[in-house]
Amino acid sequence: MVDTTKFKPKTVYVTYIAATPDKVWAALTSAEFTKQYFGGFAIEVEPKAGGAFALRYPDGRVHISGKVIEWSPPRRFACTWLVEGMKDFAELPECLVSYEIEPAGEAVRLTMTEAHSWDVPPGILAGGQSGWPAILSSLKSLLEGGKPLAIQMAPPQGFMEAVKEAIATKPWLRRAGG
Amino acid sequence: MNPTGKPEFVYVIYIRTTAEKLWHALTDPELNRQFWFGYAQECGWKAGSPWRMLKPDGSVADSGEVVEIDPPRRLVLSWRNEFRPELHAEGYSRMTWLIEPQGEMVRFTVIHEMDRPQSKFIEAVSQGWPQVLSSLKSLLETGESLRRWQPAA
Repeated sequence: MVDTTKFKPKTVYVTYIAATPDKVWAALTSAEFTKQYFGGFAIEVEPKAGGAFALRYPDGRVHISGKVIEWSPPRRFACTWLVEGMKDFAELPECLVSYEIEPAGEAVRLTMTEAHSWDVPPGILAGGQSGWPAILSSLKSLLEGGKPLAIQMAPPQGFMEAVKEAIATKPWLRRAGG
Repeated sequence: MNPTGKPEFVYVIYIRTTAEKLWHALTDPELNRQFWFGYAQECGWKAGSPWRMLKPDGSVADSGEVVEIDPPRRLVLSWRNEFRPELHAEGYSRMTWLIEPQGEMVRFTVIHEMDRPQSKFIEAVSQGWPQVLSSLKSLLETGESLRRWQPAA
């Protein structure tokens, strides 16, 4: 079992969406939706804590794999993420991605939290910091207007180098710096 | 709070619109009231212009001045709270809007910085901006902003 207390929130993104909690839940957890707004990836999830989770490329290969940590529809969905589909990335420790859906009047507040168990360098955090706003902006457009945004996603400058350096030096083997 | 410990709020949102339409929504008081939960800015929008944020009842919520302006791409304001003594006491913050067109949409970045540690002001605007910017995106993309569901900070 994953010890989630070791994971510290590093990146948080909040967006408000004119939709019901059930709609937002469906958009986060069904492949038919994620393919439209999440870089083309199809989610595959066993709907229970401890179940398997994956994001697949359109050709079926696994990009991200993990375990469901929390499955509480339509309020909280959390799972671990291990990047499998890119060279050497699977050597990085898994991170924990949580979604929280709360009613906010006629809209909902969606909070995404990316948490890590080690002292992740800013160059690696920059990946999520540039990706989440694009993904969640597109999700909001899809749910409110029926059309996702066609955002070209690319790793930010210095991201690949930061990953390479982390894999070479493995700082997570030292005691976590918080 | 960013990793260096400097109080700073950074938010990026993609909106299906043009830079000109976004700039207009950001600087037009009538459109401001629609997405900013009844609040509106009052400003001449020139370098050095005094800037004020008015509450729905017309009282002044915040004040400052235009530091840099390059329509429809970039704005820098000095910004001080005028209605919560503990926030007012922190003095002027620096707020930046960056608008970058990307195909059929724009990438809009808001950066709000305070030159002091442990800023309560940055904590407050960190709650407010996601609400305001989500509402702005809804207005520009669907014609309807988000309704207010709690008193704005």
